[in-house]
Amino acid sequence: MGHSAPKIAMIDGIAQEIAALLGDMLIETVDHADELSFTVVREKLAEAMVALRDGAQYQQLMEIAGVDYPDRPERFEVCYHLLSVTRNHRVRVKVSTDEDLPVPTVTHIWPVAGWLEREVFDMYGVVFEGNTDLRRILTDYGFKGHPQRKDFPLTGFVELRYSEEDKRVVYEPVKLAQDFRSFDFMSPWEGADYILPGDEKAHGEAPGAPTPPPVATPKVTEKPSDTGAGAAANAEAVKKSDDAPVKPEGKI
Amino acid sequence: MSDYLQELDHITDAADPTLGDTEIQNYTINFGPQHPAAHGVLRLVMELDGEIVERCDPHVGLLHRGTEKLIEYKTYLQALPYFDRLDYCSPLGMEHSYVLAVEKLLDLEVPLRAQYLRVFFAELTRICNHMLNLGSHVMDVGAMTPNLWLFEIREDCLNFFERASGARMHSAYFRPGGVHQDVPLKLLTDIADWLDTRLPRLFEDAISLVADNRIFKQRNVDIAVVSKEDALKWGFSGPMIRGSGIPWDIRKAQPYDVYDRMDFDVPVGTNYDCYDRFMVRVEEVRQSARIMKQCLNEMPEGPVASFDRKVAPPKRGEMKRSMEALIHHFKLYTEGFHVPAGEVYVATESPKGEFGVYLVSDGSNKPYRCKIRPTAFSHLQAMDFMMKGHMLADTTAVLGAMDIVFGECDR
Repeated sequence: MGHSAPKIAMIDGIAQEIAALLGDMLIETVDHADELSFTVVREKLAEAMVALRDGAQYQQLMEIAGVDYPDRPERFEVCYHLLSVTRNHRVRVKVSTDEDLPVPTVTHIWPVAGWLEREVFDMYGVVFEGNTDLRRILTDYGFKGHPQRKDFPLTGFVELRYSEEDKRVVYEPVKLAQDFRSFDFMSPWEGADYILPGDEKAHGEAPGAPTPPPVATPKVTEKPSDTGAGAAANAEAVKKSDDAPVKPEGKI
Repeated sequence: MSDYLQELDHITDAADPTLGDTEIQNYTINFGPQHPAAHGVLRLVMELDGEIVERCDPHVGLLHRGTEKLIEYKTYLQALPYFDRLDYCSPLGMEHSYVLAVEKLLDLEVPLRAQYLRVFFAELTRICNHMLNLGSHVMDVGAMTPNLWLFEIREDCLNFFERASGARMHSAYFRPGGVHQDVPLKLLTDIADWLDTRLPRLFEDAISLVADNRIFKQRNVDIAVVSKEDALKWGFSGPMIRGSGIPWDIRKAQPYDVYDRMDFDVPVGTNYDCYDRFMVRVEEVRQSARIMKQCLNEMPEGPVASFDRKVAPPKRGEMKRSMEALIHHFKLYTEGFHVPAGEVYVATESPKGEFGVYLVSDGSNKPYRCKIRPTAFSHLQAMDFMMKGHMLADTTAVLGAMDIVFGECDR
C-alpha cells in the first residue's frame, strides 16, 4: 500500500504531453515519488508557463520555492509548483540561476507570483526580471543579506534589543555566550566525512618530513614475545631498583 | 494678513490656489501592526480617498522567526514541533502535511488506526480553528456574544487535545509513521458525546445569532467579491476558493490518510463575497463533525505507529526488556532517521486552505530544504484588489473572512 500522502491521479502520457508542449524549452524531466519535475531554459520560463497554463490546464501557481546548492555552477534552483484543478494534477517546473542572472517574472501570468517572487528574492537574492515590486518581504526593514543561503549563519549577523539609554531598539553584532554547536550525531563508522579531533595526525606529515615507508607485515602483540622490547630489556625489567621509594615509617 | 482675510471671504486667485480651492489629496494611514482586528501583527499601509480605500499594501514579516532555516539544522523529528507553531490556531493541520511529506519520501506505510486518528484529530483541529475564525470575524464586524459562545467550543477542543497529547495547543501528536500514542477509550466516548450534544447546541445557537442577522449581512454581503477567474489567478485555496464557487477540496480531490473512506460534502459559495466565505466555514464545521462521527464508528483496533523501528521509536515498556529496542530508541533520539534523497511537495487541506510542504532531502538525517507553503501568503496578497473601492470599515470584514494567522504567514 505504501505511504498515505495525498493520492494524485496518474495521467497516462502526461510527461510526454508536456514534453511535446514545451519542445526545446525543456532541459530535463524527472519522475520521482510520483511527482513530475520539468527543468526548463531560464530565459524561456514565462513562455513555458503560458504553454502549461493554456495548453495543459495548469491554472494555479501554488508556490515558488528557492533552493540553494552551493556546489553547482548555477547555485540557485527556483521551483514553481503548478496545480490543475480541472485535471487534478500537480507538476513542478524548475529553473536554475545564480546571484546575478535574472529569472523572468511570471507576475503577468499569475499575479500571486508577486509576493512569492519577493520571498525568493528576500531569502536568496535571486533577481526576477520584470517584477516591478521586488522589495524585501519577510525580513526586517533595512535587513542586509539573504538568510536562506547555505552560507548565511543560523544565528545571523545582528541582534536587536531595547536600549534604555536611547529609548529605542538598537542593532548590535551578534554575541554568542557559547560557540554555536551543530550536532549531527552521524556515526564515524557510517562514513562521516568530516575531520574528528586527532584525524589530522592520521594522514599527511609536515612539509619536508620523510614519509615513513609502508609496513610489509603489520605488528601484532598477540603474546609477550611480540611486545618488541627484546630479552635484555625483559631481564632488566624484573630487577628491583636500588633507589625505589621506601614506605615511610611512623605517622604521616 | 490680507490674504488670510480674502481667503476667509472666499476671494481667491485662480493662479495661486489656497487650501480651500484644491481638491483634498488622498492620504495614507497605517492599520496596525498592533490592531485588535489585524489578527496578529499585520501592518496595512492604506491609501484612502475620504473613506474609500484606493490602495492597500500589506507589510508582513513582523513575526518572521526563520522556521525554514531552523528546520535545516534539526533532525526530521526535531523539526516537527516547529509546525505547531506556524499556524498556532490549527497546529495539527500543519503537522499533517509535514508527516505525510516525510512518509512519502520514506514510502512508509502507516497503520490504519493511526490514519483514522490523524483524520479524526485533523477534523477536530478544523472545528477548533473555525471557532476562532468565525468568532473573531463576527466580533470584527461588531457582534460580541457569538464569539464568547464559540470560544466555549474552542476550549472544549483544546481540552480534548490536552487529553490526547498532553498539550493544549502545541500537540506534536502526529509523528512520521503514525501518531505519538494511542488515545484512551474514554476520550473517544467523551468526544462522541460532545459531538452529539454540546457542539451542535452551542454552535447552532451562536450561528443563529449572526447568519440571518441584518447588521451582519449588511457588513458582509457583496463585500470583496472574488470571481472564479480571480480566485484561480491569485492562488486561492481552502474556504477562499470554495467561497468563490469552485468546488475544490484536497480531501476529496487528492485524498490522504483515510479521507477516501469518508462521506462528506464540500460547500461552495454562490455569491463569492465575505458572507459566502463565512457560511462555507460554518458548513465545514458540520461536515467535520460528520467525518469525526464516521471515524469513531469505523476506527479499528491496532497499532498507532509504524513497526519500522528505523523510523518510529519503540514504546518504553519494550525498551525495558529488549536491548535492540533500547538501541533503536537511542539512535532515533540522537542521530534520528535518515530519509532517502529526493524531493516531494505534499499539500493537505488545512483549515485555512492548501498548506504545502516542499521537502528536499539529501539522504542525511536533516532536511536539506523545507519550504513551507502558507495559505495566508496568497490570500493576503489579494487584499489589494479585494479592498479596492471598499470603505475603510470593510477592511476588518475582509481580513476576518480571509482567516489569516501570522505565525503561518511570516514563518
